[in-house]
Amino acid sequence: MRINGTPHSMTIDNRTTLLDVLRERLGLTGSKKGCDHGQCGACTVLLDGERVNSCLMFAVTAEDREIVSIEGVADLADGEALHPVQRAFLDHDGLQCGYCTPGQICSAIGALGEAGRGWPSHVTEDIAAGVADASALDAREVRERMSGNLCRCGAYNGIVEAVLEAAGAQGPQDTATAATSAAGGAR
Amino acid sequence: MTTVERCVGAPMTRVDGLDKVTGAARYAYEFPTRDVSYVWPVQATIARGRVTEVDPAPALALPGVVTVLDHTNAPRLNAEAPAGADLFVLQSPRVAYHGQMVAAVVATSLEAAREGAAAVRVSYEREPHDVVLRADDERLEIAETVTDGSPGLVERGDADAAWAAAPVRVDRTYTTPVEHVSPMEPHATIAVWDEERLTLFNSDQGPYMSAQLMSALFGIELSAVEIVAEYIGGGFGSKGIPRSPTVLAALAARAVGRPVKIALTRQQMFQLIPYRSPTIQRVRLGAERDGRLTVIQHESVQQRSALVPFADQTVSSTRMMYAAPNARTTVKVAPLDVMTPAWFRAPGHTPGMYALESAVDELAEALGMDPIELRIRNEPETDPDSGKPFSSRGLVECLRTGAARFGWADRDPAPGSRREGPWLIGTGVAASHHPDYTFPSSAVARAEADGTYRVRIGAADLGTGARTALTQVAADALGIPLPRLRLEIGRASLGAAPFAGGSLGTASWGWAVHKACRALREELDTYGGVVPDGGLEVRASTTEDVERRADLSRHTFGAQFAQVRVDGDTGEVRVDRMLGVFAAGRIVNPHTARSQFLGAMTMGLSMALLEVGEVDPVFGDFANHDFAGYHIAAHADVPKLDVMWLEETDNTSNPVGAKGIGELGIVGAAAAIANAFHHATGERVRDLPIRVERSREALRAARAAGKHRPGAGGPEPRVG
Repeated sequence: MRINGTPHSMTIDNRTTLLDVLRERLGLTGSKKGCDHGQCGACTVLLDGERVNSCLMFAVTAEDREIVSIEGVADLADGEALHPVQRAFLDHDGLQCGYCTPGQICSAIGALGEAGRGWPSHVTEDIAAGVADASALDAREVRERMSGNLCRCGAYNGIVEAVLEAAGAQGPQDTATAATSAAGGAR
Repeated sequence: MTTVERCVGAPMTRVDGLDKVTGAARYAYEFPTRDVSYVWPVQATIARGRVTEVDPAPALALPGVVTVLDHTNAPRLNAEAPAGADLFVLQSPRVAYHGQMVAAVVATSLEAAREGAAAVRVSYEREPHDVVLRADDERLEIAETVTDGSPGLVERGDADAAWAAAPVRVDRTYTTPVEHVSPMEPHATIAVWDEERLTLFNSDQGPYMSAQLMSALFGIELSAVEIVAEYIGGGFGSKGIPRSPTVLAALAARAVGRPVKIALTRQQMFQLIPYRSPTIQRVRLGAERDGRLTVIQHESVQQRSALVPFADQTVSSTRMMYAAPNARTTVKVAPLDVMTPAWFRAPGHTPGMYALESAVDELAEALGMDPIELRIRNEPETDPDSGKPFSSRGLVECLRTGAARFGWADRDPAPGSRREGPWLIGTGVAASHHPDYTFPSSAVARAEADGTYRVRIGAADLGTGARTALTQVAADALGIPLPRLRLEIGRASLGAAPFAGGSLGTASWGWAVHKACRALREELDTYGGVVPDGGLEVRASTTEDVERRADLSRHTFGAQFAQVRVDGDTGEVRVDRMLGVFAAGRIVNPHTARSQFLGAMTMGLSMALLEVGEVDPVFGDFANHDFAGYHIAAHADVPKLDVMWLEETDNTSNPVGAKGIGELGIVGAAAAIANAFHHATGERVRDLPIRVERSREALRAARAAGKHRPGAGGPEPRVG
């Protein structure tokens, strides 16, 4: 399989997950093990461009596939040191302990790709029509599409802001009923 | 110099943010280690009794399995070590709780260790167990002391006479369930022995204090233990001291003579990592008709394990929040056949203030008074518990500022009065409080001949932003630009320092960093500002400074506001918005502080609506032990939250002026949401979490009592 652009050939135990190959065999420890069960999303990587939970995938089934982990996402952005999603996470402090962060970032890149192809979500108004593109997403859409990635530190507000910025979202981004300040902070 | 104060108070981006968004940050399990083995625990399938036999043969027959450890062959720990009984891993055949480690398999691969653990056959002598907390348990005893060191029972005045005489009374019982801490990074350790030296790469909130504990357990010098905790994937109290997996890794590494690593599975986290004790809390408030409290009685019933007398400080906020002349506050604990509960974000204060602040809301209703006004009327001039003056007390200003920002004045106080289509909408408020702790710490500041500086302190950053905040404090104290400064944290060998817990980090570590840096500057002045060859180093300790502080009652305060909507048909509860206003000293970094408050409020939301560890009385374990069964708030549960803080200068605190903020933000959040639920529906749920089944039950009761104002818009709810 190709991982972050580099071909890898190896013999592996057929019980070994893709996540354990990345972490234990290749030293690519950016992908995290939070539950090993497909319930937290910390292990999310891109498989042929789509987001997957690498803990739920036996590595042998990834033969000949193209895998991008957090260590490789910057290369998806031409000539940039960081992927725009990474940059936005920093700017909006969409992280605290950082353990769910690689999964959140890979998941966000995958989600923006899905939206770019018009895929609807559970909260899309017209399921048949889908969404126009990633920039049509609002906060509610981002929350729905990112809900497979848990964060116990509770960095959700910052993550949603970051994903919306990376999506190039236009117009009102929050459909919450309240008029709350975006900034918070000292008076 | 003119650069002082430049960094502190600035919204600096996390200094370790780049490492975290690129995957470069190394957590405990991720340090490259040669010839490493893997250990996997075998866990008790009974809740009480003893192990009669461990048959390792089926495991040893598997390829890759190196050894099987149990209580008969595991290396001995120092029985005199001052550590809780839960840490004496594989030292006796006794089984004290379901899931306890009774054996462990060491293997050359993760897969082989796991398969081996499943193959070990363990026989038990089973004894009857009891894992259910009951308010009428005959074994309940008043805790001698609770976690904050105070007695389990404190009285002032005559609480019985005042209760009998009170014209207006509220007497209610509230419960909170087992809550699992559940940091995203499971507890993980790599243990490496080199002769009599032990190095632990550990997911750890307090490397120095953990080294003290591990040196005692293994009977080796403190200087022979190194703990590396560079990045920690959340802790919230659960990584405050080493837990059983850390001890197991060290035992296993010693037994096989090579490095051993362990990372708990998510399921094991629920069985092996301490949780927040469930509580059954009875609160009695007596007041004059003008709202002045005459008496507060607050009793919290909690659980401990048979072997360890742990008791959260659940009534400690109640002791100093309001100016009632008579009070009795009690923590009672029952010894059950369970893993010992332990710290979880704002231990005690979180469940305690849920109960107290719910009861205050009920009293306001009974008095026909605004709940903010009621709190303000009972604002004490000095600490009602100790009689000491407060170093600062921003509660009233938080309530007033929050009320204005939240739009409280527009609220119709009548419950069940606002409806939008199927949604019943309500708002609630609660006070927030956490003590302001400062512990002594040491720090080292060093000037290098090349013009750069290094500051070293045995602190830990579990996501709080400590690494960033301390960098800011150091840069200002040294009066140098950031690129010339390197801050090192996350190792026991960096010197004596308290752990990252009790919201004491920024104040305690910041003080030591500040002191070391200032001392280095003064020292440099004696060299005419020129760094001598070989550099110049200064170590500072704040032990005496902390002791010399004025004898004041030190706390942080806040006000939490919430708006919830409840679907009258389905019972679904959604939080529309929350506002937290806090008064917690000087904020070192608005960027990371905001995240801390937001995160804590999010966790409070999760507690209010989602989290419950379901106890199985038959097997004696938790029926739900993964994220499919134990729900924590996800993106879709959390709206945009609003946070602000008051400019608070508490010059008595420490030279940095900082206080802790990590825990304050969760306290009161659940009460604000529960109070908003009552305001929306007219019915109160007094047992957390308010999940849909409880919400529907409340809606049925409200409808039966005719509590929704007819004709307020929308059809009658069709609950039934």
